[in-house]
Amino acid sequence: MLLVILFLISFGLITLYSTSAYNGQVKFHDTAYYFKKQLFATILGAVLMCGISRMDYHIFEKFAVSGYICSLLLSTAVLFFGDSYNGSKRWLSLGPLSFQPSEFAKLAVILFLAHIVSSRKKKQTGLGTLIFVMILILPIVALVGTNNLSTAIIILGIAVILVFVSNPRYLPFIWIAVTGIGFIAVFLSMESYRLDRLKIWRNPEQYEKGYQTIQGLYAIGSGGLFGKGIGQSIQKLGFVPEAQNDMIFSIICEELGLVGACILILVFLILIWRFMVVAAYAPDLFGSLIAAGTMGHIAIQVILNIAVVTNTIPNTGITLPFISYGGTSILFLMAEMGIALSVSRCQKKSSCI
Amino acid sequence: MLRTKTYHKKKIVVVFLGCALILFALMGRLGYLMIFQSEYYSEKAQELHERERDIKAARGRILDANGVVLADNKAVCTISVIHNQIKEPEKVIEMLVKELGLPEENVRKRVEKYSSIERIKTNVEKEVGDRIREYNYSGVKVDEDFKRYYPLDCFASKVLGFTGSDNQGIIGLETVYDEVLQGQNGKILTLTDARGVELEDQGEVRLEAVPGQDLYLSIDVNIQKYAEQAAYQVMEQKSADRVEIILMNPQNGEIYAMVNAPEFDLNDPFTVEGSEGMSEEELQNARNQMWRNGCINDTYEPGSTFKIITAAAGLEEGVVTPSDSFFCPGYKIVDDRRIRCHKTAGHGAESFVEATRNSCNPVFIEVGLRLGTERFYHYFEQFGLLSKTGIDVPGEAGTIMHQQEKMGNVELATCAFGQSFQITPLQLITTVSSLINGGTRITPHFGVKIQSSDQTKTKILEYQKTENIVSEETSKTLRTILEQVVDGGSGKNAYIAGYHIGGKTATSETLPRSANKYISSFLGFAPANDPKVIGICVIHNPQGVYYGGTIAAPVIRDIFANIFPYLGIERDPMAQETESE
Repeated sequence: MLLVILFLISFGLITLYSTSAYNGQVKFHDTAYYFKKQLFATILGAVLMCGISRMDYHIFEKFAVSGYICSLLLSTAVLFFGDSYNGSKRWLSLGPLSFQPSEFAKLAVILFLAHIVSSRKKKQTGLGTLIFVMILILPIVALVGTNNLSTAIIILGIAVILVFVSNPRYLPFIWIAVTGIGFIAVFLSMESYRLDRLKIWRNPEQYEKGYQTIQGLYAIGSGGLFGKGIGQSIQKLGFVPEAQNDMIFSIICEELGLVGACILILVFLILIWRFMVVAAYAPDLFGSLIAAGTMGHIAIQVILNIAVVTNTIPNTGITLPFISYGGTSILFLMAEMGIALSVSRCQKKSSCI
Repeated sequence: MLRTKTYHKKKIVVVFLGCALILFALMGRLGYLMIFQSEYYSEKAQELHERERDIKAARGRILDANGVVLADNKAVCTISVIHNQIKEPEKVIEMLVKELGLPEENVRKRVEKYSSIERIKTNVEKEVGDRIREYNYSGVKVDEDFKRYYPLDCFASKVLGFTGSDNQGIIGLETVYDEVLQGQNGKILTLTDARGVELEDQGEVRLEAVPGQDLYLSIDVNIQKYAEQAAYQVMEQKSADRVEIILMNPQNGEIYAMVNAPEFDLNDPFTVEGSEGMSEEELQNARNQMWRNGCINDTYEPGSTFKIITAAAGLEEGVVTPSDSFFCPGYKIVDDRRIRCHKTAGHGAESFVEATRNSCNPVFIEVGLRLGTERFYHYFEQFGLLSKTGIDVPGEAGTIMHQQEKMGNVELATCAFGQSFQITPLQLITTVSSLINGGTRITPHFGVKIQSSDQTKTKILEYQKTENIVSEETSKTLRTILEQVVDGGSGKNAYIAGYHIGGKTATSETLPRSANKYISSFLGFAPANDPKVIGICVIHNPQGVYYGGTIAAPVIRDIFANIFPYLGIERDPMAQETESE
């Protein structure tokens, strides 16, 4: 698993440098501007990951509740003191460092829910637990969702997966899915701008706001079977806006072609499979749920990102884990990996309980 | 601590399988996009990335009958700067100020402006462009371009015309032969990033330009120069408003010279003298006025020169013969109107030939009346006067003529001696050419042939001819009568000893008659028995003596005297003898 993670991180850094060089040159006259920042966060994250993976993950159970409360506070703080970037208030500044609380929230929710579910003594077959858990995470979803709908959806998704895993029944989840879809429909029709998004999704070439999507499609289409070769993308030269962020996958497609893109998806799938194995063989339910939550997190983000880039679903800003640019994101992702690795280590030794 | 139960494991596997399923579906979607839609999207992307730069095609040259270049191209340069490629802005600014002679302020503004490419100056001389290139400063671009150039400045300005900044003909031959001359612009396709900056290592695709074809004219530089000289001379002497001269080959319609004095400078066609204080509209009107080709764009009452046509109609129809005798009392009563002869005392008894020599109005009124409206109109049309000549210069004015139904005897009478209707000088000379060349209506023209720039392909231009608009017999008689006009008649001032010259004078008063403004003209051709050249001179508003026979005939005589040897028209030794008697 560590190997897969290291591969993804290295691959991410290379791709990031390739895609961000142009934007870095244009905006900061430094081709490595984004790369350096990302490298710094990655090294920090790697150290964090190694450290955490050597610790007993049960330590984090103690911080689960406080961590969750902390993320609530931070998310509230961002509403008042946050910095805007690209029109969204998502960052908290601490001197030269800026920090995205919503990234932290994901990790906090995984730990918190793993703790809550695993610590409930009675049999969890009823719908009570389900509703209880949902109510518990509703505040953070609402807080994050006010300015970062995409992350809120991810958090909600993680929660649903954790509850689904912890509950032996299937039928209620079908109901959840149905009501979820109904809820989304109502939610979309409430605001006209959300309906606009749908129209853009159906026909991106006819709308100005479909620009990013259509440029992404141009990049994907230009790739063909084997791509133009690494570094050869033209779409990254300002055509795809902020190519190093959400749309990075489209540049990967352009440079590495269908084969390269599919290999990357398969690598992600291997990672998810590893999480599944860790979750299945975890020494206790808490560890299992952490691994399952992490698996859900990665899976949801990868699926949504690729779906957005290929215009399979309407556009929403979701980053590709390990590869898209984002310091906070990579840092907490690495921390999350560290915890998952710790679970994995314990399972091997069977000595942590 | 709770242990992981079996159903937990099961469910985790379910979640994983769900994710795997979705990921495989997305891979399918990717495959669809990257294989089946690939062509569509990559084409669109290619379109987006490519930037076209035109390579201007050299415009075809215009040459005279001897191969002298009348319109050519001059290599000029366009100097631009690319902001984010400039490394030494101060040096660049200093160099541009020095080389281009522009104020530093302007240059600085352009160099420091944040734009993908900023044009500093166009139409820069090639030497200056080359010097700027030698500095080799990054970010400074020198693009070669062509500018139309007329080596002879004012030469036949209203005929040749000039081109606009987009290499398009604006007036004259440049407009009519625009398609031939233009050629096809080439293209340089380069890949650029989203800001339009070219990508260096991506190479470029060049589509070479196809230069325009050369146009060879019937105009002869030497003849045109003589004619221009003569026109300016008489314009100055007589303080005339303007003078028009056309010289052409009456057998095939090739025009040797067409002068519209005053001409204008083709290398500076937008400057109007005394344009200070003019509004934009006034200035444009003044320019249009300056560019007008009076021989073709303006009509006038031809006056007595038109008697040639009345005579031809009368002779052809048989209502008059050269020996018919007439009597001129100095006027003629038509219906209730008394129309005066220019000689109020009257010409007395005279034959038709003598009446033509005298340019006697009452006799021509009589011929007109003998023809009657219907037949007169019939010949007017048959001779081609109602339609345009079809010359290869734009903006030809049509004939302004009475409607046949509204033509009474008075109108007929005035038409017979060239008044109360209007035609262009070109129409007159073309019609007379057709009447004296044996009866073939020719199309006057300048363009003779078109040749590709590498001289591999040549196309001879052909023009319409209508035969037998008048009989050979009438044509011959007409030539003999008109020779009599110059040989001691009203056109005697066009006489050159030893040559057979035919011709007719005219003096017409412009409308309104009260203004006392005149147009004097003379139309002459030679040799009278087999015309090789025909010429017309029209003088607008001459001061002092205004008789065509006195002021216009000598102009044609002088030109003829100069160009006869050149055209190979030789003296007739017999004619010389009669002169010496």
